[in-house]
Amino acid sequence: MTIDFTFKIGGEAGQGLQSIGYALSKAFAKGGLYVFLNQDYESRIRGGHTFVQVRVRNEPVYTLSEEVNMLIALNKETIDLHKNELVKSGAIIFDGDKIPIKAEDSYYSVPLEKLALEKGGSKIMINTVATGAAMGMLDYDFNLLADVLSEEFGRKGKDVVESNVKAARAGYDYAKENYRGKYDFTIRSLGSSKRMFLNGGEAISTGVIVAGCKFMAGYPMTPTSPILEFFASKARDYNLVFVQSEDELAAINMVIGAGYVGVRAMTATAGDGFALMVEGLGQAGMTETPIVAVVGQRPGPAVGLPTRTSQADLLFMIRAGNDEFPRAVFTPGTIEDAFWLTIKAFNIAEKYQIPVIILIDQHLADSYRTVDRFDLSKVKIERGEILSEEQIRAMGLYNYKRHQFTESGVSPRAIPGTPGCLVVTDADEHNEEGHIIEDAETRTKMVLKRLKKFEGVKKEMEPPKIYGPEDAKITLIGWGSTYGAIREAVDTLRKVGIDVNMLYINVVWPFPKDEISSVLSKAEMSFVIENNATGQLAYLIKSETGREVNEKILKFDGRPFSPTHIVKEVKEKVKG
Amino acid sequence: MVTLKDYEGGPTAWCPGCGNFSILLAVKRALVEMNLEPYQVLIVSGIGQAGKLPHYMRCNTLNALHGRDVPEAIGAKLANHELKVIAVGGDGDGYGEGGNHFTHAILRNIDITYIVHDNQIYGLTKGQASPTSDKGFVTKTTPEGVISLPFNPIALAISLGATFVSRGFAGEVDHLVELIKKAVQHKGFALVDVLQPCVTFNKLNTWEWYRKRVYKLESIDYDPTDRTLAFQKAFEWGDKIPIGVIYKSDRPTFDEQIPALKYGTLVKQKIDPLACEKILDEFM
Ligand SMILES: Cc1ncc(C[n+]2csc(CCOP(=O)(O)OP(=O)(O)O)c2C)c(N)n1
Ligand code: SF4
Ligand SMILES: [Mg+2]
Repeated sequence: MTIDFTFKIGGEAGQGLQSIGYALSKAFAKGGLYVFLNQDYESRIRGGHTFVQVRVRNEPVYTLSEEVNMLIALNKETIDLHKNELVKSGAIIFDGDKIPIKAEDSYYSVPLEKLALEKGGSKIMINTVATGAAMGMLDYDFNLLADVLSEEFGRKGKDVVESNVKAARAGYDYAKENYRGKYDFTIRSLGSSKRMFLNGGEAISTGVIVAGCKFMAGYPMTPTSPILEFFASKARDYNLVFVQSEDELAAINMVIGAGYVGVRAMTATAGDGFALMVEGLGQAGMTETPIVAVVGQRPGPAVGLPTRTSQADLLFMIRAGNDEFPRAVFTPGTIEDAFWLTIKAFNIAEKYQIPVIILIDQHLADSYRTVDRFDLSKVKIERGEILSEEQIRAMGLYNYKRHQFTESGVSPRAIPGTPGCLVVTDADEHNEEGHIIEDAETRTKMVLKRLKKFEGVKKEMEPPKIYGPEDAKITLIGWGSTYGAIREAVDTLRKVGIDVNMLYINVVWPFPKDEISSVLSKAEMSFVIENNATGQLAYLIKSETGREVNEKILKFDGRPFSPTHIVKEVKEKVKG
Repeated sequence: MVTLKDYEGGPTAWCPGCGNFSILLAVKRALVEMNLEPYQVLIVSGIGQAGKLPHYMRCNTLNALHGRDVPEAIGAKLANHELKVIAVGGDGDGYGEGGNHFTHAILRNIDITYIVHDNQIYGLTKGQASPTSDKGFVTKTTPEGVISLPFNPIALAISLGATFVSRGFAGEVDHLVELIKKAVQHKGFALVDVLQPCVTFNKLNTWEWYRKRVYKLESIDYDPTDRTLAFQKAFEWGDKIPIGVIYKSDRPTFDEQIPALKYGTLVKQKIDPLACEKILDEFM
C-alpha cells in the first residue's frame, strides 16, 4: 500500500507546533516510514500565524506536498487559511470547546484542552493530546509515540514523561473511539528503522564537528543561529571554542586569526550578515588563510523577510570582495550533501588555503528528513601540507616562507609557535616571506600564485549529478534546496510521458562549466528553477558557457517551491 | 640569550623623526628583556603607519585589516593560548574603525597586549582628523576644526573594567619598555596607549608639545589599583599628561574560563571523526 500523507499543524507562534510535528515525525521514522518536515514561521515569538508540515511516505521523500491530508488546527485562523488545501477525504482536528465550528464532514473535534487538564494535569499538554489524537485517527502504533515522548522528555524526569504519555494516550483513545470507522485512513509501521531524522542546519552542525572544526565565532542571525548554538552546546564535550562576537566583522576576523594559527575555524551567518563579512573574506583570500563560512539565505535586500527562504545571494557569494582571489562555493540541496560537503569544505579550505562558503537557505536549514545514518568511517580529513618541526629545522633558522612560490600555487603551511620558523602574512600585498611590498613584479607573481590554486580546486570537484535519464529531452536545472521539489517534479512529469531529467548543482563555484555545457547541448529544452527574481543561475550559465537556458521558473515570495508548482509550469511551457 | 639582533627586521618606510621608531625599539627591547624568542611571539597589526611595525622586525606576523587587528588577535590567542599575542595599531585603527572590538576585548579580558600608536591623526592617509584629535584641531577633513570631543581610551577602558590600562610616550623609551613588559606579563587585556608624534601631519601635538606636558606616575605617590584615582588621571589632559600604569586590577581572563582550553591549546587538539558517533545517536 502506498502511503503519502501530509499533516499540517497550524496556530500561533508560541503554541509549540514544532513539538507536535517533531513528535509525529519521530514516531513515524521509528516505524520505518520516510518523513519530510518543513516549517513556516514569522519573525516573532508569540502570535501571528505559523505552521509545520509533516509528510509521511512508505518510500523516500525529499520535499513537501501541497495537498494536506490532516489539518491539526490550534486556532480558527488555521482552519480559515488552510481548509482549501485539504484533500477530499481529509480530516481537520480541532478543539470544538475552543473553536466554535459546526463539526460537519472532515471536521473532527477533540477536547484537547479538557483532556490536557484532566489527564496531563496542565494546559501545556494540549500539544501532546493533539499528537496522540492524530495518531489515534490513523490507528498508528501508540507505543512508538510513547517511545518518542520518553526520549524527548526523559531529561525532565519520570513524572514529565508519564504525564505526557497519559495525555497522548487520552487524545489517542478519544480519536480512536469516536472517529475510527468514520475516518478510515490507516498508517502502519513498516518495522523498526535505523534512520536519522534531522534538518539541514543540524547536518551541517554535525559535519562541522566531525570535520574537526575547533573554533567558531558568530553573531546570531536567522536561519543559521542554530548552527552557532549547536556548536556552543557541544563545546564542553568536544573541546571546542565558541565566541559570540560583537558583530559579524569581529566574527570573520576571529575566524581568520584562528585559521592562521592552524585551527579549523568557521562562522555562520545570513546573506545580510555576510555583507558585513565581505572584507574579511578578502583578507582570507589575501593572507591565504583557510576559513569556512556558512551563509543561510533569506529574502532581502537588507533585512527582508527574516524567517523565510530565498536563493538570491548566489552571484553575491561568487563575487563578494574587492579584487580577485580563489574561493569555493558549495550549494548543498539535501541533508546528506549538507553533511558531506561541510567536511569537504574544511578539506578544500585547508588544502588550498582559501575561503570556502557553504551557501544554504532557510528551507534547507529548517527542513527535516529521514536519512540513512552517516558512515563516519568514510570521513577523510585532508589538511594539506603542514611542515613538521623536523622539516622546519632542516630549512634552517627562520628561512620558512609562508607564501613561497610553488608549481601549484599552494605554499606549505607552518604552525606559528613552531621553533625556528616565523609565519608572516599581510593584508597588504606581500612577498614570499609575507612582508609588505610595492613592486610590480612581485605583485603580479603573487596574484598569479593565488589564482593558480583554483586549478587544483577545480580538479577536486565531482561533476553535478543528473537525476533521471541522461539523454532526456528536457532538463530542469537547480541548485541548493530546490533539489527535492525538482526531483519529485521529474518523477511526476515522467509518469505523464514528459521526457525530463534534473541537473542538480551542489558546487556552484568552481563552476561546472563543461558538464553543464554538455547537458545543455543534449537537451532540447532547458529550465532553471530558482528562488530569486532574476534567474541568477541562468545568468551564470550564460556567462560561463555562452549557452542560454530556454525557460526560468522563478519564485521569490519567501516560500519554497512545491513539486506541483514546478510540474504545472513545465507542462504549460512545454505545451506552449 | 635573545638579543636585539634576533628581532632585526627589514627597512622601514616611516618619515625620519617619526615617533614610531622609538615604539619599534621599545617593543623589541621589551621582548628581548623578557627573553622571548621571536617564534614565541605573534604580533597582529592593523592598517596604518602603526600597523607596519611588525614588518620592521622579526616575529610571527598577522597584518590584519584596518581596525580588525584585535579580533584577529583574539582568534589567534584562543587557537593557541601559549603564544604571546600583541595587537598593534593606530588611533584611527583601534578607536575608530575597531572601536567596537576594542570595547568588547576589554569586557572579555582576553589575555592579549594592545599597543596603540596614538598620534592623534591619520598618518597613512595623509593627515585627516582621528578619534583622538583634540577638539578644534584643523585638519584636511576638519577645516573648521574638529567638532566632536576626543575619544578617551583610558577612561573608557577603566570604565569597562579593563585590568591593565597604561599610557606611554615615544619620547620616553626606557619607560615605555617597562610598560610594554608589564603589559605583556599582565594576565588579561592590557592596553598601552602610546603618545606618538607624527612629525609630518600633526603640527600641534609635536615632540615638544608632549615633552612639556608628560610626567611619570611612578614619580609621584600613585596607586594604580585605586579606580577613583585612576579616573581622575584618565581625565587629566592639557597642561599635564600622566604616563605610566594608570589602572590595574585582577579578574579571570576569557581564555582561562573556557573549559576546552584547560586540556591544552586548540591547535594541538586531535581531529577524530569516529569520536562523533554520539552526535549521530541524538538524531536516531
Ligand atoms: C576599511 C578601511 N577604511 C579605510 C582605510 C584607509 N586607511 C588606511 S590607514 C587609515 C587611518 C590611519 O590612521 P591610524 O589608524 O591612526 O594609523 P596611523 O597611520 O596614524 O598610524 C585609513 C583611514 C582602510 N585601509 N581600510
Ligand atoms: S606620516 Fe606621521 S605617523 Fe606616518 S611615518 Fe610620517 S611621521 Fe610617522
Ligand atoms: Mg594615527
